[in-house]
Amino acid sequence: MAEPPVTGGDTFPKILFHNARVYGQRPAVREKEFGIWQTWTWADVLEEVRALSLGLKQLGCVAGDKVAVIGANRPQLYWSMVAVQALGGVPVPLYADSIADEMAYVLNHAEARFAVVEDQEQVDKVLEISGELNQLQHILYDDPKGLRDYDKKRLSSIAHVQEIGRQILASDPTVAQAWKQDAEQVEGGDVAVMLYTSGTTGRPKGVMLTYDNLVISARNANDFDHLNETEDVLAYLPMAWVGDHVFSLAQAYCAGYCVNCPESLETVLTDRKEIAPTYFFAPPRVFEGLLTHVMVRMEDASKTKKKMFDYFLRVADRVGERILNGEKVSLKDRLLYAIGEFCVFGPLKNQMGFSRIKVAYTAGEAIGPEIFRFYRSMGINLKQLYGQTESAVYITSQPDGEIYPDTVGRPFKDVEIKIAENGEVLYRSPGSFKAYFKNEEATTSTKDAEGWVKTGDAGIFLENGHLKIIDRAKDVGKLTDGAMFAPKYLENKLKFFPNIKEAVAFGHEKDFVAVFINIDLIAVGNWAERNNISYASYQELAANPRVYEMIQSHVEQVNRDLAQEPMMSGSQISRFLVLHKELDPDDGELTRTQKVRRSFIAERYAPLIEALYDGSTHKHVVTQVSFEDGRIGSIEADVEIRDVQTFPATHAGAYQEAAE
Amino acid sequence: MNVLVSPEDKTGTQRKEREVLLDLENVSLSFGGVKAITNISFDIQRGEIRAIIGPNGAGKTSMLNVINGFYQPQQGRITFNGKTRRAMKPHLAVSQGIARTFQNVALFKGMSTLDNIMAGRATRMHRNMFWQILYYGPARAEEIEHRKKVEEIIDFLEIQHIRRTPVGKLPYGLQKRVELARALAMEPELLLLDEPMAGMNLEEKEDMSRFILDVNDQLGTTIALIEHDMGVVMDLSDRVVVLDYGRKIADGAPEEVQNNQEVIDAYLGVSH
Repeated sequence: MAEPPVTGGDTFPKILFHNARVYGQRPAVREKEFGIWQTWTWADVLEEVRALSLGLKQLGCVAGDKVAVIGANRPQLYWSMVAVQALGGVPVPLYADSIADEMAYVLNHAEARFAVVEDQEQVDKVLEISGELNQLQHILYDDPKGLRDYDKKRLSSIAHVQEIGRQILASDPTVAQAWKQDAEQVEGGDVAVMLYTSGTTGRPKGVMLTYDNLVISARNANDFDHLNETEDVLAYLPMAWVGDHVFSLAQAYCAGYCVNCPESLETVLTDRKEIAPTYFFAPPRVFEGLLTHVMVRMEDASKTKKKMFDYFLRVADRVGERILNGEKVSLKDRLLYAIGEFCVFGPLKNQMGFSRIKVAYTAGEAIGPEIFRFYRSMGINLKQLYGQTESAVYITSQPDGEIYPDTVGRPFKDVEIKIAENGEVLYRSPGSFKAYFKNEEATTSTKDAEGWVKTGDAGIFLENGHLKIIDRAKDVGKLTDGAMFAPKYLENKLKFFPNIKEAVAFGHEKDFVAVFINIDLIAVGNWAERNNISYASYQELAANPRVYEMIQSHVEQVNRDLAQEPMMSGSQISRFLVLHKELDPDDGELTRTQKVRRSFIAERYAPLIEALYDGSTHKHVVTQVSFEDGRIGSIEADVEIRDVQTFPATHAGAYQEAAE
Repeated sequence: MNVLVSPEDKTGTQRKEREVLLDLENVSLSFGGVKAITNISFDIQRGEIRAIIGPNGAGKTSMLNVINGFYQPQQGRITFNGKTRRAMKPHLAVSQGIARTFQNVALFKGMSTLDNIMAGRATRMHRNMFWQILYYGPARAEEIEHRKKVEEIIDFLEIQHIRRTPVGKLPYGLQKRVELARALAMEPELLLLDEPMAGMNLEEKEDMSRFILDVNDQLGTTIALIEHDMGVVMDLSDRVVVLDYGRKIADGAPEEVQNNQEVIDAYLGVSH
């Protein structure tokens, strides 16, 4: 089963020497170009990296230099990172879609002397800001299209730089050995890469990760999921993101598996189908999008197919996950599932590019339990993990067979976790970053002297030993009776109902929890049509008593769920109202990325919050709204407020009694 | 790396000393009593982008049809690549390296992007139908060669994501790009574009402009284009010829033409 972990050094250049020797003829990188998957073996990659590295050296790149890497996932850009590392330099991948101003800040802050970019678009962007860049000396590009008439004084193609490197190699036979010796001088404790976190507040911070951080984490991860040199991954997430760096570089080098670069961002779906990765990562929205896509397509399928699909989906829903977890399932169900696999799940997985999947991960935000269960019931080993840039990804992860949709798993190998007084999750691990680049203040406030790093997230350990992330630590409050109040956790639970589009929970330093709810006009409107409820506007539909009943049943369902959770049973929702208007970024209630601006809403709807807590059942409000053309109007409404049933804490009580 | 692209240090200096690729002398074309083109002479130099503009009905499309041999002019001479003829013939135009796109997209709607572009290679396939059906030996080798060329064009015009999509399902802007791709598949020396930007939004126009410049710059293809968007014409073209009622009223650099009184009159109308 599990192969012994690949040894071969503590830095990526050293691991590359090892891989070229051990896996020399195995594929290391594929890129689809001109409609065909082009392959480079590990031996080829060593040759490419060496040529590029020597060329860069000739251009003046020396140990300690920072080299920016900007673009989509191209093999050449991955090589450039290792080529720089072999010279003792530090690659700094940047988000290709960041705006010029942000790019200028990062390039200057990182003191980048070189930039390796993908194509004309990125060259233009860097040239545009080059006036502000004091350190930048030379730009290398991959795709020469459109760059023919550019001034080549400070601009060379990667191929050209590699050619220089090859000429040097050819002219002097001792160069290769000398280069290798220099590369081996770099050690595990040195900084391997600098990743800028996109930070929601303030300027981005440069997270310095050492080779040890990355290599140890990557080897642990490969062990954990039994990944070896036969895996295939698709590199399609931004290179500047720690996840891609770990999945497509660190783990790939450590296990010796093959990284596949899609033809372009638009072709990822087709490319994934062709490659059928065995190890795959995607944020929840990708899995959601795929599922919606499948369901919509199935609506158009013929009746027989649709019936078959629905039938076997029910079978999968009933037994699929238990089969995946290796539990006991009756022979009849196993047989049915096997037929389903042949007729429905197999072809479906093939379409989605999941036919060879060994393990898939999702992380970043909460995934809807139905969506999560759907993929698992298909036989796809989808799991959740929890991590961040500062930890070289892995903090917790779900072991095979211990999958709960609402947790992020157990602490990862070699990772210690503790929950701080205020509920914040702290960790100490071999992956914890060295420091923020040129930002002593942020470093000391995030990482203490003993190495504990603050995640900024609040979480709890369940009795099964799994960590559950509930909210951003700064948003977590307390009710007056001392129960923990995590607004986003409640809101997410509510938002998993298709009828609820947005929810805002209140409760910090109050006696009980109360929520504002926005109904989803499409879902509820559809329901209204089917039930012969006529309505003229969002406002009218929102105030409909039958809609209130429906929402009330959803809220009570959430309370029922909460009652079973030891830490959360105290923060059940006591009262709710359905807002008379949709929360809107134009009114400043949501951010442009559709996140709730809690404090702003609290201020704007102060009278409604007051009504939630003074026991009244109706409240008349007038709210200003801005229309899309900039005019300002007002909405007047009589908003109903309802009480909701709460439930005694079943699980927690029983658990505590048992403990006593 | 893109193999279509010539080595990076090739400079644009050869631009100045240009030779004439296509020369039209005193060409006249009429349909019965209607004079579509009257005694027009102009030339297209190798490597330039030449715009043909004029109000509706000025004879622009007729002009392109004369160049690629679809119409036979009653008078005049056409010199292409040093060979002078009374009139061009369509098959000659194709074999000599003239390709075109159409005002209203003329693709095979039910075929995929890839097949449409492969169709553009048809004139360059040498094996007969028997071998092609057999798809064996030399025919296969040949098809693989052609497919390579087509893939380079797909890469060049960035349409990888629609390779397998039936053309009829594509939005208009992309269809135009596929049509350009098919024309490029013939590896033309002279590319005739009939209103390449018609019906496009601003972003699509910007994309198409960039592709036209790239084709001209990187593949060295000479381009003659008809276009109504003056901004595009002024930005893209090296020289502009202006037609009105089948006559040539101006010819020169974009800014000269722009300030020509006769051109302004033709476009804005003039009181008599």
